[in-house]
Amino acid sequence: MKRLLIALMTTTAALSVAASAEAADKLKACWVYTGPIGDFGYSYQHDQGRLAVEKALGDKVETAFLENVSEGPDADRAFERLAREGCNMIFGTSFGFMDPELKAAKKFPDVKFEHATGYKSADNMGLYNARFYEGRYVLGQIAAKESKTGVAGYIVSFPIPEVVMGINSFMLGAQSINPDFKAKIVWVNSWFDPGKEADAAKALFDQGADIIVQHTDSTAALQVAEERKLHGFGQSSDMIKFAPNAQLTSLTDEWGPYYVSRVQAALDGTWKPDNVWLGIKDGAVKLAPFTNMPDDVKAMAEATAKKISEGWNPFTGPVAKQDGTEWLKDGEVADDGTLLGMNFYVKGVDDKLPQ
Amino acid sequence: MRIELVKRPQRSVLFSALSPFIAFVLTIVAGAILFALLGVNPLTAFGIYFIEPVSQVWQLHELAIKAAPLILIAVGLSVCYRANIWNIGAEGQFILGGIVGSIVPVMFPTLEGPLVLPLMLLLGMVGGAAYAAIPAFLKTRFNTNEILTSLMLVYVAQLFLDWLVRGPWRDPQGHGFPQTVQFNASAILPELFPSSGRANWGFVFALVAAVLVWILMNRVLKGFEVRVLGSSPRAGRFAGFSLGRMVFFAFMLSGALAGLAGISEVSGAINQLQPVISPGYGFTAIIVAFLGRLNPLGIVAAGLVLALTYLGGEAVQSALGISDKVARVFQGMLLFFVLGCDTLIHYRIRLVGFGASRIEEAR
Repeated sequence: MKRLLIALMTTTAALSVAASAEAADKLKACWVYTGPIGDFGYSYQHDQGRLAVEKALGDKVETAFLENVSEGPDADRAFERLAREGCNMIFGTSFGFMDPELKAAKKFPDVKFEHATGYKSADNMGLYNARFYEGRYVLGQIAAKESKTGVAGYIVSFPIPEVVMGINSFMLGAQSINPDFKAKIVWVNSWFDPGKEADAAKALFDQGADIIVQHTDSTAALQVAEERKLHGFGQSSDMIKFAPNAQLTSLTDEWGPYYVSRVQAALDGTWKPDNVWLGIKDGAVKLAPFTNMPDDVKAMAEATAKKISEGWNPFTGPVAKQDGTEWLKDGEVADDGTLLGMNFYVKGVDDKLPQ
Repeated sequence: MRIELVKRPQRSVLFSALSPFIAFVLTIVAGAILFALLGVNPLTAFGIYFIEPVSQVWQLHELAIKAAPLILIAVGLSVCYRANIWNIGAEGQFILGGIVGSIVPVMFPTLEGPLVLPLMLLLGMVGGAAYAAIPAFLKTRFNTNEILTSLMLVYVAQLFLDWLVRGPWRDPQGHGFPQTVQFNASAILPELFPSSGRANWGFVFALVAAVLVWILMNRVLKGFEVRVLGSSPRAGRFAGFSLGRMVFFAFMLSGALAGLAGISEVSGAINQLQPVISPGYGFTAIIVAFLGRLNPLGIVAAGLVLALTYLGGEAVQSALGISDKVARVFQGMLLFFVLGCDTLIHYRIRLVGFGASRIEEAR
C-alpha cells in the first residue's frame, strides 16, 4: 500500500512538474537506482534525496528516475535514455553503474554526471560517496556494550572495499570496549534479498551471536531479531517500524543536502566534477535515534559520534591485521586511498575474506 | 450456463491469425484500467509505451540490442522444444559462452588483431555447446530429467562466473572490485552504425541464426528428423532416426547459440566480465520461443515485441514517473493475454446451457 502511495505521489509530482511550463532554463536532474525505491533501504534513501531536491528548488528543477536497473547492458541504456531525454544532470547511485555511466559521460559531454561509490571519473563526471564506516564504528561500540555473548553476527553483501571497510570499522569500535569481541560473518551475495538475509540472521543467532549487523538493505534480519527478542542495527533507512524492540539504531544515508547543493551548483553554473567523501559531519551519514539501550550506552554512542564528526578517524592506530601483523602504528591514521581499496580484515574477525 | 473449451479437430487458421490482435485489444483494455487507476491518462501512457521506443533512431538501436540475445537464444531453444527436449538452462549456456569466449581477452589482454574477435565468438559457441552437452549426456546415458539438470546447471554457471571475477580473473587494478580487465579494442564487437546508436553485430547474428535455423527446420532432412522425433519418438525410430543423437544435436545447437549470445553480449555491450552478465535473458527467451510459436521467423518478431515492452516500461517510468512494478505488471498482462489467446487456435469456446449440455455430451 505504501509503495502504491509512493508511486501515486511521484506520479502526481512528475505530472505537475511536467505541467508547470517547460521553461528553457529549467534544469532536469535524473537518477538511476539499482533497487526498487520501495526497498526502504539504499534506493529509497536516494529517492528521498531526489524528493528533497524537488522540495528545495521547486519549479527551477524537474526530476526523473529509473529504478530497479540491473548492473549491465540495461544500465548502459538507462543512462543513454536519460541523457537523450534531456536530463542536464544524472546521478548514478550504485557502484555497478560506474562503467556504463562513464561511457555515457564520454558520449554526452554536455550532460553533468555524478557517480556514487565508484572510482572512475571524467571531465563531466564527478564522484561522491559517504563514509559509512564512521557510523559503523559507533555501532561496534554499542554492540560490545549490549552483547552478552561477546559475538556479533554480521550479514554482508559483496566482498568489495566498501563492505570490508565497514566490517573493520565495526570491529575496531567493538574492540575499543571489549578487546575479545568477535564477529561472525555471512555473505549473502546480494544487496537486497529478504529471504537470504533472514536465513543468515537465524543461522548467526543459532551460532551464538546475540546482535545482528547488516550491510544489506532489507528489514528481514531485524525482524528475526525482533522475534527472538534480541537486538540489531538497521541499515540505510530508519527501520524502527519493523523492529520496535530490536533496533538499537540504524545507519542511515541522507543524500538530500548533497543533491540539493550539486543541483544548485549546476543551476548557478558553478558545477564542476569533484570527488567527495561525505561523513557524519556533512550530515550524509546519520544514526537513527538510539533506542532499546541504557542511558550510559546512549551517552557513549553520542559522544563517539560527536568525536568523529569533529574529525577523529576510526582508523587510527595502533591497528593489527587479522594475522596479527601491524597495519597502523600508534597514532597513525589510514589514508583514504588505502581505505577505498581495503581488501584485508583487522584482528578479531572470524572469517576468511573471499579473495 | 457454463463455458466449455472444445478441442478443434485441427488448428484454426482464422484464430492463428486473429489471436495476437484479440490479445492486443484485451491488453489495451486491461492496461487502460490499470493506468486510469494510477491516475495516468491511458492514451498518453500507451503512446509512450508502444510508440516512443520505435520513434527515434537511437531507440531502434536499443531495441535491437535488447532483442538480439533473446532472439539468438530463443531460436536455438525452438529446435529443442520442437524435438520435445526441454532445455531450461539457456541462461547457464549463455554465461558459459561469455566466460569461455572471454578467455582470450582476459588471459591474453595484449593480444590484438583481426583474429581475436572471431576466435572469441567461436570459443563462446563451443563453451555454450559443451555446457549444454552435459544435460544431453545425462539424459541419454542415465535417462535423467533434462528440465532439472539443465536448470540446476544455471546456478552452477552463475556461481562459477561469480567466483572467477572475484578470484583468478579479477582485475588487479580494479581496487578489489569484482570484475575483469576491460577488453581491448580488437576484442570488442563493433557497432553497426556508430553515428546513430549503439546496436552491435549481435543483432545481425540473431537474424542470420533465425534464417539458418528456419531453413534447417523446413528445408533440410535434419529438421524433419527433429519434428518427427519430437511429435512421435516411435515413428522416428521406425524411420531410423536416433533419439540419442537428436538429444545431443538439439542441446548443443541451442547451447552454441546461447553461448554466441553470451559472448556477443559480453564483448559488445559490457566489454568485461562482471558477476552478473545477464538480466535473465536465458529464461525470458523461453517466453520468446513460445511467443514466436517455435518458428524462427516468428521468434524474431516475438523478440522485438518483448524488447519493446522492456523499453516501453522504462520510457513510462522516466516520462510519467510511475513505478517499474507497474511497467512489469503491464508486460505480464500482455504476455498473459497473448499466450492465453493462443488457446483459441486449438480450442473453441462453447457456451452451454444447463439443459442442453447433457444432450450435447451424449451425442
